[in-house]
Amino acid sequence: MMDKKDQYILAIETSCDETAVAIVKNGKELLSNAVASQIESHKRFGGVVPEIASRHHIEQITIVLEQALNEAKVTMEEIDAIAVTEGPGLVGALLIGVNAAKALAFAHQKPLVGVHHIAGHIYANRLEKEFSFPLLALVVSGGHTELILMKEHGDFQVIGETRDDAAGEAYDKVAKALGLPYPGGPHIDRLASEGKAAIDFPRAWLEEGSYDFSFSGLKTAVINTLHNASQKGETLKKEDIAASFQESVIDVLVTKTYRAAQEYQVNQLIVAGGVAANKGLRAKLQEQFAETDIEVLIPPLSLCTDNAAMIAAAGSIAFEQGHRAGLDLNANPSLSLERYARRSRK
Amino acid sequence: MNILAIDTSNQVMSTAVLNGEQLIAEYTTNVKKNHSIALMPAVEKVLKEAGLSPEDLNKIVVARGPGSYTGVRIGVTTAKTMAWTLNIPVVGVSSLEAAAFNGLYFPGLICSFFDARRGRVFAGVYQPEDGELNTVLDEQNVLFTDWLEELKHQQEKVLFIGNDFSLHRENIMECLGDQAVIAEPYYHIPRAAVLGYIGKDRDEEVIHSFTPNYLRLAEAEAKWLKARGRDNE
Ligand SMILES: [Zn+2]
Repeated sequence: MMDKKDQYILAIETSCDETAVAIVKNGKELLSNAVASQIESHKRFGGVVPEIASRHHIEQITIVLEQALNEAKVTMEEIDAIAVTEGPGLVGALLIGVNAAKALAFAHQKPLVGVHHIAGHIYANRLEKEFSFPLLALVVSGGHTELILMKEHGDFQVIGETRDDAAGEAYDKVAKALGLPYPGGPHIDRLASEGKAAIDFPRAWLEEGSYDFSFSGLKTAVINTLHNASQKGETLKKEDIAASFQESVIDVLVTKTYRAAQEYQVNQLIVAGGVAANKGLRAKLQEQFAETDIEVLIPPLSLCTDNAAMIAAAGSIAFEQGHRAGLDLNANPSLSLERYARRSRK
Repeated sequence: MNILAIDTSNQVMSTAVLNGEQLIAEYTTNVKKNHSIALMPAVEKVLKEAGLSPEDLNKIVVARGPGSYTGVRIGVTTAKTMAWTLNIPVVGVSSLEAAAFNGLYFPGLICSFFDARRGRVFAGVYQPEDGELNTVLDEQNVLFTDWLEELKHQQEKVLFIGNDFSLHRENIMECLGDQAVIAEPYYHIPRAAVLGYIGKDRDEEVIHSFTPNYLRLAEAEAKWLKARGRDNE
């Protein structure tokens, strides 16, 4: 017999180029985490093509749903609520997940819960370790670079964000300039570990006290350096370019994160998003926070990139807090985290 | 046999419940509104009107395109996910065929079409025979002026059905003159009652691999193939 007090959340995430479904028990226990990645298809284009992403999602959605339910050995009847990423992301891609979630919720008369993608990235960590508030989250991915303060569950205060390119975007663009395949982040991370940070690339600190970020100047500086060298017939070591670029990115990220963590006297630092997989960033953060009482949580690689387990984890709390979406739930490609945190409870 | 039918392939959104071939409830709108917001509440409404709950459904019929990529995907995602989770068959019917069915008693050819921007249309030509439509010209994504030239050669009266009719009226009259017959406004609206009727006895799809019929490659894909000398379009 199933314990009635247990809570089972089925979550769907289709905001970009992964079709993902997961089932999480009691907000913390991952029962299944199915992901169909489209990355091979988008590689041809050097980036994610929205229309093609949408087409792949609709090809995969029921396959991934079935896989998640089978792996978790859970039936739809046992599910307490359906959680789904409602934004931000690519609108056509989000729509597949949102409509599939609504179809499931309606077919089985289950509650529906909308989840913000970044809230999901943060909550991925709760599958590993219980939160201790206040906590600071550094979210770094292809689409996001944000510092978020959380004083309690469901509360998200954005204290810093990028004013231009996201960190992951800068990685992809620099990788492209270096002739590395898409997605470039892991390639740069690997090259950087083999090179020396010999070139002093700029660091954008912005106004004093600001927790905002800017990476477009750095990206331009790298591209200009490569261009100038090739005009002079010089060849720069790719490893050194990668190491110098990465050092500049990490220096700014870690310094600002450390300062914010001190100012807000947080108990935990959570690192989330695809760039959290970056080995250089992980090492530098561990080193910087080693002397403090602040606990640094970095999810395992499989929970750093987009997945539905994180949406289930965030959806679990939202469900407990009484948040419900109607059957008129829509995809919101530019959903802000703070507006999401202030949404009313139905 | 309770059938749920869904068409969100263009501006018109229509959903219906049929018992066998008999319509029980239908909800149809022709407004510029987001189908993603409106479809599920509409499905809930027609089922409620029909006094059915989701598990009473025996089959889902959906318009699988061509049409608006996003619109078609909303309908197909909803239909295939519902059918999969309720363990019932799903049937995909051409959105053009469903629209053309409104002209079933026309003594000539029926051309249904949807605007596809930049002078292009999604269009097909059918001939009614014994309560069914035979395909005369396969569905295509084509320049409408080229398509009209083709129709001219058919030398038969052609009934035009398409909700974007006003955009193309002049072109049609100029090219075909008396050969063209324009349906009354209400015939231009594809209805889920008709869609469900067409799909009621058709073969079911393999749910996992069931996808929209876009009738056109994604732009990036077409360019990619072209760059490799494999122009499939
Ligand atoms: Zn993400």
